[in-house]
Amino acid sequence: MDITPLVNGLYGIPVLGLVFQAIGYLVAVIPPNSTSIMSQATPLALAALCGVLCERSGVVNIGIEGTMLASAFTAWVVGVAINPMFQAAPTDVFGITIPLVIALIAAIGVALLISALHAWLSISLRADQIISGTIINIAAFGVTGYLDQLISKTSPAGAGEFTRFTPPDALTNLPGVGWIVSMFLNQGPIAMSAIVLIVGAQVWLFRSRWGLRTRAVGEHPRAAETVGIDVIRLRYKNVMIGGMFAGLGGAFLSIEATNSFQLGMTNGRGFIALAAMIMGRWTPLGAFASALLFATFLQLGQLINIAPPGGDLGTIMSAVPAQLFDALPYILTIVILAGVVGRSVPPAADGQPYERESAT
Amino acid sequence: MTDQTGTSLAPALEMRGITKRYPGVVANDGINLEVRPGEIHALLGENGAGKTTLMNVLYGLARPDEGEILLDGTAVRIAGPADAIARGINMVHQHFMLVPVLSVADNILLGEETMANRVFLDRKEAHRRIVELGRRFGFEIDPEARVGSLSVGWQQRVEILKALYRNARILVLDEPTAVLTPQETEEIFAVLRRLASEGHSIVFISHKLYEVLEIADRITVIRRGRVVGQRRPAETNEDDLAELMVGREVQLTVDRGISHPGEPVLRLSGLQAKDDRGNLAVRGVDLDVRAGEILGIAGVAGNGQDELVEAIIGLRHPTAGTVTLAGADMTGRSPRDMNEAAVAYVPADRHRFGLITPFSLADNLVLTSYYRRPYARGVIRDGDAIQRDALSSIERFDIRTPSAMVTAGTLSGGNQQKAVVAREFDRDLKLLVLDQPTRGLDVGSIEFIHRQVIAKRDAGTAVLLVSAELDEVLEMSDRIGVMYAGRIVAIVEGRTADKNEVGLLMATGGADRSGITPVEVPA
Repeated sequence: MDITPLVNGLYGIPVLGLVFQAIGYLVAVIPPNSTSIMSQATPLALAALCGVLCERSGVVNIGIEGTMLASAFTAWVVGVAINPMFQAAPTDVFGITIPLVIALIAAIGVALLISALHAWLSISLRADQIISGTIINIAAFGVTGYLDQLISKTSPAGAGEFTRFTPPDALTNLPGVGWIVSMFLNQGPIAMSAIVLIVGAQVWLFRSRWGLRTRAVGEHPRAAETVGIDVIRLRYKNVMIGGMFAGLGGAFLSIEATNSFQLGMTNGRGFIALAAMIMGRWTPLGAFASALLFATFLQLGQLINIAPPGGDLGTIMSAVPAQLFDALPYILTIVILAGVVGRSVPPAADGQPYERESAT
Repeated sequence: MTDQTGTSLAPALEMRGITKRYPGVVANDGINLEVRPGEIHALLGENGAGKTTLMNVLYGLARPDEGEILLDGTAVRIAGPADAIARGINMVHQHFMLVPVLSVADNILLGEETMANRVFLDRKEAHRRIVELGRRFGFEIDPEARVGSLSVGWQQRVEILKALYRNARILVLDEPTAVLTPQETEEIFAVLRRLASEGHSIVFISHKLYEVLEIADRITVIRRGRVVGQRRPAETNEDDLAELMVGREVQLTVDRGISHPGEPVLRLSGLQAKDDRGNLAVRGVDLDVRAGEILGIAGVAGNGQDELVEAIIGLRHPTAGTVTLAGADMTGRSPRDMNEAAVAYVPADRHRFGLITPFSLADNLVLTSYYRRPYARGVIRDGDAIQRDALSSIERFDIRTPSAMVTAGTLSGGNQQKAVVAREFDRDLKLLVLDQPTRGLDVGSIEFIHRQVIAKRDAGTAVLLVSAELDEVLEMSDRIGVMYAGRIVAIVEGRTADKNEVGLLMATGGADRSGITPVEVPA
């Protein structure tokens, strides 16, 4: 049966026609771009996972943005520095080289140090956690910007980048689900490990001893202490492990998504990740789903400029300044944080420093 | 635990000469305590007498400066809560140490997890053990229920199960009945007796005299960090214990005299209000409070009392119904309007709502009148007038403080509450709204505040008294309204009210007489 007359008829109805065209546009552009959407989602998801681990244990970390930026810079600059020392060709799958691996480890190490600083300030010194996070953000922006300026004068070559795995065409061409295969498998090593880490963290948080204790410490630390749990130690561990995830997300930006570092290249992702964490109700999987949603909007903002929709929808949208579409994910962040998704309840002791019942 | 001779059992727990000093105070001064296997031993004392410090020493939360702890006759050093638990000592804290968003099973497991392997929990096995343990002590518990949705009575059971799950031999309960209805108290007592009969030793901390007399095998009384006496229930009575505890003769029940109620001052009709989550918490309250009478509101915490008080006083906007004060409609008026209409309010939480603790005592005493003469002329405050009146209040209301300029947070609980009372009571009132006015206070301060309330009533003020302490409501009220699930389900005469009857109404709303079903806290 030919449905063209039906489609044309629906297009003809004002408003409903526009909705129909918008859905048609989304269906047309999202599957072919699924790989890019996952790439956009990866740093968001890793940063959100950092947020989940910190806040589930009771520590607010708004320094994720700065942590990621510092890691992105470290990964790139370490790659630049040690690349000349190694000549081996990259592996076929993922394009792994020794300099890239070392760069990745360095990036995670720096993130670990920064989150240890945040942990020390907010857990041991009981400093204001927002201020501690802000310090990290400002310092990371300033220090990476300054060093980048010093180095980029010589316009050095980076260590290259991790490459994407190419799944067999038989899978990616599967009707209906092929694009989902591309989304998750046509990815580099960091993006793929992000998926594994998120699923793992979900199970870990809700089924393991560590997870139960972490949630208890974030909800009612005194209760946890009275059953013999070391609140301070557990918070340190969670903040530092979370920091490593943020570091992985930062490295993704400079040695997997691109092969370069730009000033402030995290571009607010650390903050969008916190919105994704809230929208995902402090669960790893929820945060990942939210990160995918944000990523879709980020991607749409670009696609609308490159391949605008046709028809009446296209006519109307061409009247709207293009910058507005770039702002979509940020507008979405504000809308979500304003509570449109319903009230999500943070861990009860989130952001509250814990003072031990003194054993003096 | 078992003793071969069978008759002279060695103490399960012995604390010898425990001394604990904090800067400026000796919290425990050479305390001796001995608890035998299967014994329920009550530790009686006022707030600040040193009961909690002693138990913190036992639980490894505080290190004693002198003295030793013996378990089954062997001296031990307890390094911390984990160590105490490992040695079979468990504590049920006054403020429950439960995580509301977690399930019953997760709360019980926490810190003592039953594992399927090195990483993951074995919830199935844990659930089985918890259900079995509950049955052994006579109750059915759902391990998957969220703790936050349980009534306090059931939360208490979860706390006890938590201890039993850890194979507790010595169980310390810190004021376990403070928030329970009389029926719930009886049920917990039955559980405790059962535990004792199985050989567990129980330390029961309380300041409620009749309870101690009912449940304990022996009673140790401490005052100002020292043991001042030990009694068996058979050889003592409430007056004797009160005198030991306070150090002077105390009038335990205020003579409320005879009330002469006049015209209704406060009239509520069809009042409804929502709680912070947007659920209807006050579901249509009709109530008259007359001049010169004390109307007490009894109810299990969380049945809408807080919202009712806030809707009356202007802190919460009623969604339906009216609040009438001496004939004038005051529905939805601001707290300041109410204050200026001669309504005074003593909030339940003096730290959060009654006082601004970082401010000076003098400033706190003018919180409801700072903006008008004589304390202010236009926008300029008059420090002299504030100071002068503060000194006068301090003297008349017996607030023990070094000066009027110390911050309110440094005062003791009793003196803080006296400050609130001084501010609110010190003028002619039409209506006085009291929400938990004596919570956490010692016997002496309670006596003082109760006298002030009676004096206000006799001066013709209408008094609305809300309290989770049923004894206080029974003792003070001329009439008692029982609040259940957002409604006043019954009004009884204060003088003839029967404690058990009121308790049953509190627990069931009068509809269901079983009294043992877990009451879901109304949303």
